[in-house]
Amino acid sequence: MYKVVIPGDFVSDDVNRAGEGTYVEDGKVYAVTYGVVDDKNEIRVVAFSGKYIPVMGDVVIGKIIEISFPYWIVDIASPYEARLHMSEVAMRAEKRVEFGNMSAYLDFDDLVAVKVINVDAMMRIDLALQEDLDIGSEGRLIEISYTKVPRIIGRKGSMIRMLKEKCKCFIFVAKNGRIWIKGKSEDMKLAFEVILMITTEAHTSGLTDRVAEFLDSSRQKVKKR
Amino acid sequence: MKKGEEIEFIKDGKRLDGRTFDELRNIKIEVGVLERADGSCYLELGDNKVIAAVYGPREMHPRHAQDAKMAVIKFRYNMAPFSVDDRKRPGPDRRSVEISKVSREAFEPVIMREYYPKAAIEVYVEILQSDAGTRTAGINAASVALADAGIPMKDLVSSIAVGKVGGEVVLDLNAVEDNYGEADMPIAMIARKNTITALQMDGRLTKDEFGRGLKLAMNACHQIYELQRTALIERYNKRESVKFEEREA
Repeated sequence: MYKVVIPGDFVSDDVNRAGEGTYVEDGKVYAVTYGVVDDKNEIRVVAFSGKYIPVMGDVVIGKIIEISFPYWIVDIASPYEARLHMSEVAMRAEKRVEFGNMSAYLDFDDLVAVKVINVDAMMRIDLALQEDLDIGSEGRLIEISYTKVPRIIGRKGSMIRMLKEKCKCFIFVAKNGRIWIKGKSEDMKLAFEVILMITTEAHTSGLTDRVAEFLDSSRQKVKKR
Repeated sequence: MKKGEEIEFIKDGKRLDGRTFDELRNIKIEVGVLERADGSCYLELGDNKVIAAVYGPREMHPRHAQDAKMAVIKFRYNMAPFSVDDRKRPGPDRRSVEISKVSREAFEPVIMREYYPKAAIEVYVEILQSDAGTRTAGINAASVALADAGIPMKDLVSSIAVGKVGGEVVLDLNAVEDNYGEADMPIAMIARKNTITALQMDGRLTKDEFGRGLKLAMNACHQIYELQRTALIERYNKRESVKFEEREA
């Protein structure tokens, strides 16, 4: 049974295991956000909501919001804007990427799968293109809270594997809570519904089973029609 | 009621609205009432009705007001034109600017601002109906809304006013007591630690009355803290299944 805590709640005496979402004061561990306690390895408070803060190595989906030579400024659903350097694209561009023609490669509102390669203390964020993922013109983007991402993925990827299989879609879940779906229109609709279901019931137990049930029943409905 | 008219504030040890000296008005707290805000709270304190919305952390504008080391808190207290008897002229005025400032400072000790350098955390408190003590109601609502938005905080802030009417120190003044009473003292504090984060006083109290008032307010803040806490916890227990499955991945 997992415990819901609010900021300032006492969580544990074990200062050495204090992890994310906690703070230590006078030799005790307290919750720093509103969420649930997880004390499997380290003591963490898993927040119910909040904004995505980039961490080195995360793969996220970004949107180009500005072109400012030699960078593309990318919105990554975080309080901080990130930048993608011209040279990232130059490697696979046919012509030289120059001042004035950057929009020919990536234009405003284009979506990119990018990896966070550096975050400094001033929260300047550098990105690299994730080349194996081409989220171009096709498909659909869903935006959810980044706190729900582990739930969509499931334990060792169980949930996402099931989703991909049963919805017959290509699904890419980015760390910042943006989800890319590519597939047939009705398949995408089903995937969208299921993801919505997972986010609203993220805090409940036996979710994977319920999602499986939901998927099977909606599949049968489609067949009957 | 005419000005200068004598009011009998205390009758048989009871106040005008039948409360005892140390009794709070009814408090109702609802969490997550706004779809678009990152966190929100609707709160009623007697006849006060306030709504608080929290956005962020998000990029701070204007840029020159950014703080390279920590997040900036923006707090806006605003009264709706229809919140009082005579229509209030809309927009910020001397009073609301002051209340916004003291409320913001009441939260500065608890919010983990250094987690989000250069960002802004925005709190909007709208007073829909006013009946004295709106700033305390606003702080209580903002506190819950901040938690709902997932803002990292050391603790919740609870707030209440004490005052003096008819020669007695009483808790949580209503509009009549506030307007015609002798003193009014709103207090915001971290209940769990008994740390005061905001204190203002209007009118006069003796040293002894101040001490008694403070004690009343501290007790009340503990009660309010419990209400804020239950409102937040209940929100997640309400949904059909209570148990949280083992966290995955």
